Amino acid sequence: MIKFENINKTYPGIQPLHVLKGINMNINEGEFVSIMGASGSGKSTMLNILGILDDYDTGNYFLNGTLIKNLSEKRAAEYRNKMIGFIFQSFNLINFKNALENVALPLYYQGLSRKKRQIKSMEYLDMMGLKDWWHHFPNELSGGQKQRIAIARALISNPKVILADEPTGALDSVTTEEVMQILSEVNKSGITMIIVTHEKSVADKTNRIIHLRDGIIESDLLNSHEIPGI
Amino acid sequence: MRFLEFDTLTEILSTMKENKLRTFLTGFAVAWGIFMLIILLGSGNGLKNGVTSNFNDRASNTMMLWGGRTTMPYKGLKAYRSIKLTNELLPYLKNHFTEIDKISGQVDRSSTVSFGTENGSYQIYGVQPDYQIISNMTFATGNGRFLNDKDLELDRKVIVLSRKVAKSLFKEVNPVGKWVKMDGLTFQVIGVDMKISNDNEAKCYIPMKTAQKLYTLGNEVNNISFSVRGLVTKEENDDFGQKVREALGRELIINPDDLNTIGLWNQASDYVQTMGIFSTLDLFVMFIGICTLIAGIVGVGNIMVITVKERTREFGIRKALGATPGSILNSILLESIVITSLFGYLGMMFGIGLLELINFAINSNQKAAADGERSISIFMNPTVDLNIIFVATIILILAGLIAGYIPARKAVRIKPIEAMRAE
Repeated sequence: MIKFENINKTYPGIQPLHVLKGINMNINEGEFVSIMGASGSGKSTMLNILGILDDYDTGNYFLNGTLIKNLSEKRAAEYRNKMIGFIFQSFNLINFKNALENVALPLYYQGLSRKKRQIKSMEYLDMMGLKDWWHHFPNELSGGQKQRIAIARALISNPKVILADEPTGALDSVTTEEVMQILSEVNKSGITMIIVTHEKSVADKTNRIIHLRDGIIESDLLNSHEIPGI
Repeated sequence: MRFLEFDTLTEILSTMKENKLRTFLTGFAVAWGIFMLIILLGSGNGLKNGVTSNFNDRASNTMMLWGGRTTMPYKGLKAYRSIKLTNELLPYLKNHFTEIDKISGQVDRSSTVSFGTENGSYQIYGVQPDYQIISNMTFATGNGRFLNDKDLELDRKVIVLSRKVAKSLFKEVNPVGKWVKMDGLTFQVIGVDMKISNDNEAKCYIPMKTAQKLYTLGNEVNNISFSVRGLVTKEENDDFGQKVREALGRELIINPDDLNTIGLWNQASDYVQTMGIFSTLDLFVMFIGICTLIAGIVGVGNIMVITVKERTREFGIRKALGATPGSILNSILLESIVITSLFGYLGMMFGIGLLELINFAINSNQKAAADGERSISIFMNPTVDLNIIFVATIILILAGLIAGYIPARKAVRIKPIEAMRAE
């Protein structure tokens, strides 16, 4: 599903910052992966490249068999819309749109009719247990609710991959548990899930943990849930 | 590109609603600009129409000649000789000066005209057919016609009444075809001049030849009126007036230093001068109008810059969700168009509404005064050329587009990840 071949990324500046130093990585369809690392390790950059939000300097990135390189803005937008669902730490909901409209937004850019958008969005809100909250605006919702809306929004376009950037970073431990539960269920439905986090407890819920350090992969281990006590 | 789809519009309306104050401020800048422009142009036009209407008794490009008394002896002729204008001078002038367009002799008398038991004393003008154009007369359907060549040739006893005369003699009856009595003769009414500014002028027109016979004037005329063409500046009009006097002076054997004997009313020159003042005023009004528009443009531009900046984060989110740069650019520009056209239209409605109100007030004022003395207004019919307003609105819309486009293009180029970081 995802293949990184010797990906390099340098941020230009007075002191150029070489953040990714030849990353090679392979993630198969349906995997549940977490990317860990201290701040500055390059994990956010990696996520941005994965999400086609940022480009890279050298190497090759294949997403679902397609080489993602030097895409036009329009093509990039199309891939993001069809293949990738985003979940952010700060939710990134649009404040002046209600829950339903927020969930429906990716469908708007797919050109679906208003009626179809509403029906489908309602379905996904219901799936997140927020059917009764559809007309509420983000500032009327709790952090957990907001993140569930964001998840519904990420899922609605049937993406191949979900990229989550510190999805529980702004949540308390109870809601963190809740959200991780949902993400795990989403993964079980067959969607590849990649979570960037620096929380060990979150990473431990995933099946594979990739550690980044100073722009290189330090370790790439399968995670066994059988370990008791975690 | 889905540019004008219902969905796109709904999206825009929702962002406009979200930012009510901003929408209002942008809109206000546009509406106010257009409103002021209309009031300004309307007032300028109102002033111009008011002053021009005072010229309307005669076509604006006319001159009138009359004879006086010489003050100097010349070529053996004594001083204090009375100079009379005659029929023969008409073809002479017409053939001599290509600048002369319409020309008519004029015999002035005052007489009592009666119809049935009604009668009144009116100005009687013996004139020629060209006088209709020189005097700006209009005949609506059902109001007959002015004198024609046949009337003069056949020495017909026909008469044309001004509106005022028709009203006082005939009340509600249509006078055309009826017979009136004057100086012991009967004249058939062939037309009523409906010129509005003539409302208070009691005038009757009969064929010049008929009048000359009636008052035993032979070939003498009191005045000669003519309209000129091809003269643009005041200087040209003044020079031409002087040239006509010189020619008449030679014909009538008047000392070249004594040309004041021939009276000349050069309305064309007055008119050109007044219009000159107005073209300066027009220029001034246009200048202020353009300044008002620029203020509006700056207002729109300013707010568009702020708008785009405020929404950078939102654009980032939208891009992450699959919005193409084009669709975002589109929505910004369309929002700008919707706001400017909507409020431009509002400003236009208010401006035109106010002008109509002023017009209504002036008109009812004039109606009240119509039966009394003739009211001379210097402010009349303050209309605006809708084309100008239309163009002004288009300019504002385009300015809003450009003002929105520059920051929008920049915002669209920002990577979504950076845009989302912006707070």
